[in-house]
Amino acid sequence: MLEKNKKKMTQVYAFLAFIVIAMPVVANNYVMNTFSDVFFYVVVCLGLNIVVGYAGLLDLGYAAFFAVGAYTTAILTSNFGMNFWLTIPFAILFSAVSGVIIGGPTLRLRSDYLAIVTLGFGEIVRITARNLKITGGSGGIFGIERPSFFGIEMNGNIHYYYAFLILAFLAIFISYRLQYSRLGRAWQYVREDEDAAEAMGINRVRVKLAAYVIGAVFGGVAGSFFAVKMTAISPETFMFTQSILILLGVVIGGMGKIPGVICGAFVLVLFPEIFRFVGDMRLLAFALIMLILMLKRPQGIWPERLG
Amino acid sequence: MSLLEVKDIVLQFGGLKVIDSMNMTIEEGSIMSLIGPNGAGKTSIFNSITGFYQPNSGAINFRGKSIMRKKPHTITQAGMARTFQNLRLFKNMSVIDNVKAGMHCRSHVGFFGSVLRSPGQRKEEREITEHCEKCLDFVGILEQKNRNASNLAYGDQRRVEWARALATKPKFLLLDEPAAGLNYDEKQQLIQLIRRIRDELGITVLLIEHDMGLVMKVSEYIYVIDYGQNIAQGLPEEVKNDPKVIEAYLGKEDD
Ligand SMILES: Nc1ncnc2c1ncn2[C@@H]1O[C@H](COP(=O)(O)OP(=O)(O)O)[C@@H](O)[C@H]1O
Ligand SMILES: [Mg+2]
Repeated sequence: MLEKNKKKMTQVYAFLAFIVIAMPVVANNYVMNTFSDVFFYVVVCLGLNIVVGYAGLLDLGYAAFFAVGAYTTAILTSNFGMNFWLTIPFAILFSAVSGVIIGGPTLRLRSDYLAIVTLGFGEIVRITARNLKITGGSGGIFGIERPSFFGIEMNGNIHYYYAFLILAFLAIFISYRLQYSRLGRAWQYVREDEDAAEAMGINRVRVKLAAYVIGAVFGGVAGSFFAVKMTAISPETFMFTQSILILLGVVIGGMGKIPGVICGAFVLVLFPEIFRFVGDMRLLAFALIMLILMLKRPQGIWPERLG
Repeated sequence: MSLLEVKDIVLQFGGLKVIDSMNMTIEEGSIMSLIGPNGAGKTSIFNSITGFYQPNSGAINFRGKSIMRKKPHTITQAGMARTFQNLRLFKNMSVIDNVKAGMHCRSHVGFFGSVLRSPGQRKEEREITEHCEKCLDFVGILEQKNRNASNLAYGDQRRVEWARALATKPKFLLLDEPAAGLNYDEKQQLIQLIRRIRDELGITVLLIEHDMGLVMKVSEYIYVIDYGQNIAQGLPEEVKNDPKVIEAYLGKEDD
């Protein structure tokens, strides 16, 4: 019975995967661009989901990690003429280090304090970017060179559609593998009862730090690709509202559940696009629907099933 | 060398001295009990030994090494496991996943192993599962391994906690009121289980317990405390007839 269900679900997922892979055959530039945004949010939402959903830590400054990745790539390609693909290891390194810097001293805090510290960290990163010369001040960095991939210059929507699709698949794969691993279980133990987890020999600070660093790297890598897709980044891209938007994607889909978080990312991008014709009212409608969702389905869109 | 030595422990919360110069020695391979009226400080001693509370002064040595100011997870890794007076299960997880928590400090696979599902990772996961199933079988609830922990009967939830503690492969097991809420049959099984833990697994056991019948039956040596101080210690028969013990209990009829 359960096995049959599982098989059915696999078929559904395979079908959906086929659709997104084949979509550029029929889709126009607008659709491809919108969907590359969706895939981008799938990556960052899954990254934040490791922190918020898996480890149960509130993070209100996640855009900072995404900023670190984007600026790393922008600076290294623009100022140092480095090849885009070579900047990715640096983006991973720097976002991981910033995960340690923010996580190391703060993870001993209770989660409500942590929320405030992460919020502050997000703002510090943005304001630093505004005031440094190397980050281009408030104007940011523009004219970021497009990368090439085996001789093909990545300058069309279709290229970024597939780039972000691959990142999204990777993010889903890694999230899935982590969820059902020793580390994934440890996150859940810490989330459910920190003291009991400690009593079982789990180093809570280390386990939480792992979540922070892995989440930060998801954001950092997404940021690198974001920089070359947009060819311009500015501090305002990484405002507090960006962090909240990503968090919203995680929460509305259903924290901790991969299909839910993916749904959340879709809603985040597609809702405002679909209701574009309503004009500015669409944001109000979005807010209203959010409210209703929170009241009616506090567990998120994806139903939770417990054995 | 004793397995555990607690020397002149003092624990204060604000002005309140919860433990006032307590001493205790646990010999390897023994089954011992710590008793005393409600609020005497028994759980506080457990918390001090296992690293959840930081005593103000004194010394605690485990297997010849000081464990003062060590974190709970380090102490567990060193071979000490505990259960809680009030059940502290991971409520939204399956029974087997609860028990797997105990194996965390005995396994190593990290990020890359998990993502790549390396042969080492798969082997380790198999070992974790096998060991946890053994622990569940030992306490007698293996057939419930896939159920959600919070859906089990109360007595069985207690067993999950014991299995989880055993999964850490301890040398020394601390049970905080394990019989609380159990019926007569379950208590008899608990007595058997405690003996088997010592005899078959070679684990030293220290328990806090209110059920005097159970304490007298299972313990080889008993420490009695009141107001955070030792008031008596000895063999069960000695303690049972000690006037100071009788006074401490009778003077506090209300518990
Ligand atoms: N974290 C704490 N903060 C303040 N007082 C505490 C704390 N833990 C225990 N106590 C106090 O210490 C005393 C002993 O409690 P406890 O060790 O739980 O007793 P027992 O387990 O013997 O019933 C009680 O008066 C209790 O209120
Ligand atoms: Mg107690």
